[in-house]
Amino acid sequence: MFKLEKRPFDSKTMSYCSPAIALLLTLFFGGLLFLSLGHNPFEALYTFFILPLSDAYGLTELGMKVAPLLLCAMGLSLCFKAKIWNIGAEGQFIMGGLGGGFMALQFLNAESSWVLIPILLFGAVCGLAWAALAALLKTKFHANEILTTIMLNYIALNALLWAVHGPLKDPDGFNFPESAMFADAAILPLLHQDYRLTIAIFFGLFAMVAIWTLLSRSWLGFQIQVLGEDKAAAQYAGFKENKLVWFALLVCGALAGLAGVSEVVGPIGQLIPYISPGYGYAAIIVVFLGRMHPLGILLASMLMGLTYMGGEMVQIEMSLPKSITGLFQGMLLFFLLASDLLISYRIVKTNKEKRDHSAASRSAA
Amino acid sequence: MKRLALTGICKQYPGCMANDNIDLVVTRGEIHALLGENGAGKSTLMKIIYGVVKPDAGEFLWEGERLSVSGPAHARRLGIGMVFQHFSLFETLTVAENIALSLPKEESRDMATLSRRISEISSRYGMTLDPHRYVHTLSVGEQQRVEIVRCLLQDIKLLILDEPTSVLTPQEVKGLFATLNQLASEGCSILFISHKLDEVTELCHNATILRQGKVSGHCNPQDVTSHEIARLMVGDDTPLNQDYQKVEGGKVVLDIADLNFKSDDPFSCSIKKLNLKVKSGEILGVAGVAGNGQDELMRLLSGEQSTDADAIRLLNKNIGDLNPVERRQLGFAFVPEERLGRGAVPDMSLEQNTLLSSAHLGLVKSGWINFEKVKQLGQHILDKYKVKSAGLNAQAKSLSGGNLQKFILGREIEQNPTLLACSHPTWGVDIGAAVLIRHALIELRDKGAAIIVVSEDIDELYQICDRLCAICDGQLSPIKNTQDVNIEQLGQWMAGQFTSNDQPVVTGENAYV
Repeated sequence: MFKLEKRPFDSKTMSYCSPAIALLLTLFFGGLLFLSLGHNPFEALYTFFILPLSDAYGLTELGMKVAPLLLCAMGLSLCFKAKIWNIGAEGQFIMGGLGGGFMALQFLNAESSWVLIPILLFGAVCGLAWAALAALLKTKFHANEILTTIMLNYIALNALLWAVHGPLKDPDGFNFPESAMFADAAILPLLHQDYRLTIAIFFGLFAMVAIWTLLSRSWLGFQIQVLGEDKAAAQYAGFKENKLVWFALLVCGALAGLAGVSEVVGPIGQLIPYISPGYGYAAIIVVFLGRMHPLGILLASMLMGLTYMGGEMVQIEMSLPKSITGLFQGMLLFFLLASDLLISYRIVKTNKEKRDHSAASRSAA
Repeated sequence: MKRLALTGICKQYPGCMANDNIDLVVTRGEIHALLGENGAGKSTLMKIIYGVVKPDAGEFLWEGERLSVSGPAHARRLGIGMVFQHFSLFETLTVAENIALSLPKEESRDMATLSRRISEISSRYGMTLDPHRYVHTLSVGEQQRVEIVRCLLQDIKLLILDEPTSVLTPQEVKGLFATLNQLASEGCSILFISHKLDEVTELCHNATILRQGKVSGHCNPQDVTSHEIARLMVGDDTPLNQDYQKVEGGKVVLDIADLNFKSDDPFSCSIKKLNLKVKSGEILGVAGVAGNGQDELMRLLSGEQSTDADAIRLLNKNIGDLNPVERRQLGFAFVPEERLGRGAVPDMSLEQNTLLSSAHLGLVKSGWINFEKVKQLGQHILDKYKVKSAGLNAQAKSLSGGNLQKFILGREIEQNPTLLACSHPTWGVDIGAAVLIRHALIELRDKGAAIIVVSEDIDELYQICDRLCAICDGQLSPIKNTQDVNIEQLGQWMAGQFTSNDQPVVTGENAYV
């Protein structure tokens, strides 16, 4: 028989191995899934994970998914380090997109790319304001941020739907729920004219380096980590808890908002009802898969971006539903949480002989 | 007749041999002391007897029969009861309800009978206890009685008590000892774990002393001196306690005037019209049984809880409304009661924990951490205060209680404070570390700092403090020079027998006759 036994110390090795184990298990059960759908699992997994990356176009498409994931995930990692469970990156993303899109619609005749600055800024501010609501509710009314941010996500989504069905709908758009196309000058510059990848990827990489530096070298970052690790110690040391909560949430909101507006004035080019394929939620998985470490988060956002492309690829190549993406993301998180148990516990073999012996002596007593 | 005989008990934990070939014999009606420093293996041995931990090797004879205890339930069926150091009682339930929770179904169903049995047993052993009272209204001593009565309800043959006197006033200790003697005379065996040697000599018939997982000696406490027992506990190379000279303080550093505090938490204690002064170059000791307002007082002092500005004054400056950071900048340092999870962040390294309360010492420049300086300071603390650890990168939780306390105390003392407030400086710390800690406090005092120490360890307060007082139910007793307070009086103060407008004895030219 086997049983779980608490380790005397958390295993560092296991905390790095756990994502790999989760990935392997996801591949295995993903294979089973394809098998049960009547496809050759190896072929299907190849189509899902390898085929999307087989050319330069695929790689730039991956970069396009990584940019918003990385922005949201870096913001979230700051919150999660402080044990502020912000689930609201999705809503902050949408509000950023909505606000930035609204601003872009004010510059429909723009000719200079300078208009991007107010557009991006306003998008980030809208995401920040959305997070500020959660911060206010948490610090003033002690409302649980998990609940408030989830609810705010739905409000944000409905605000976007209302806007594209109503005030922001394109008057010449044949009544489709879409805004007008933005001016070319209000679209983020492409890295290369043949591909869709924009400079948003640099925003993501910059956010990664900035937050990494903040957490590892600054006094503010240290305080955020102490608050997350041990609230009593933070109070003992005199750190201002509310100030730190505000800071982490606002930074996260601004980054998610920037991701949202970059998406709207990037590959999408107009406001549509669904501007996010769940980037804000996927970013939560990214943070945990990446062990809250910036480099890990970069790798994890690449993997997570790949699941979006894989979903599209199996739809095109094997006419399977795109929602397989969600299944793979879900499996990854599920297996990750399961293997994380092995960080503080280990599996030991119980000695069967000894057990019989003690049972015998018990009955003798 | 041998009630319990252990031979060759071994228990290996990863990285340490907690019990190494331990023999222990307890006879019927015997009060047997188990002595040893922290980490000597006492708790492990207790857990083995109570069935919580299984030994790797060794023989367990219970009333002459060889068996292995499969768990606490089995141990209770055998007639083994245990009172842990930390009580497992629900504060929002009554005494009877708490006891019913631990009984088998058929006994707990009839609450009326159970209440009657509780009253009977408690009065028979001189431990008055009302079965219908809520546990949060009981004093710590009374809560302990609940735990003991819980054990006595079963047919008890061996009662294990883990440091039972650490939470009691001297008077309550006397009551407990009377109960234990009565139990023993009726044939119940008692295993008494303690580190207070005078209590062991007073109460116990036999003693087994553990050191580093091994039995380092057996003795009859009546025949040997406490000093000899202490030697067996700590080995030959550790210096033992010494007496420090009492001094008169200088100018008033900390002045608390009419401090009132009422908490929102219904289970916490309110502070009522508290007055005290601490002078430079002296140690003021505050005795008291846990839960009488010490924690609230220390939070008010550290700034974790703020109050009216003029209620607390540091060197004639109102500081009652300042936060901990501002108070530290004024020369305040603080050693909290909880070492892990307040004084130090368990999962962070010692380097990071050095930074926790020392940022104002120039370790942070315009928002950026100077890791070079943090390392220097951290290493200095480890060296100077002989903190045994795997180095600055070791997590705080990997340190033993004593070493972590040395680290925290060192960190606070190295800030060169004008005022140090220190909670339970040596609670649960082994003798070697305790000596070092007291030494460091005295050294700081002699450098001119004002020190206030809150402790439940009365011997320690007598040893290091220049003036003494006690706190009970949020009120402070009079403050007197240590030489002028005998232990009887301090015990009465701890039990609340003083009027709060009692003034300290006026001496010298100020006295009106």
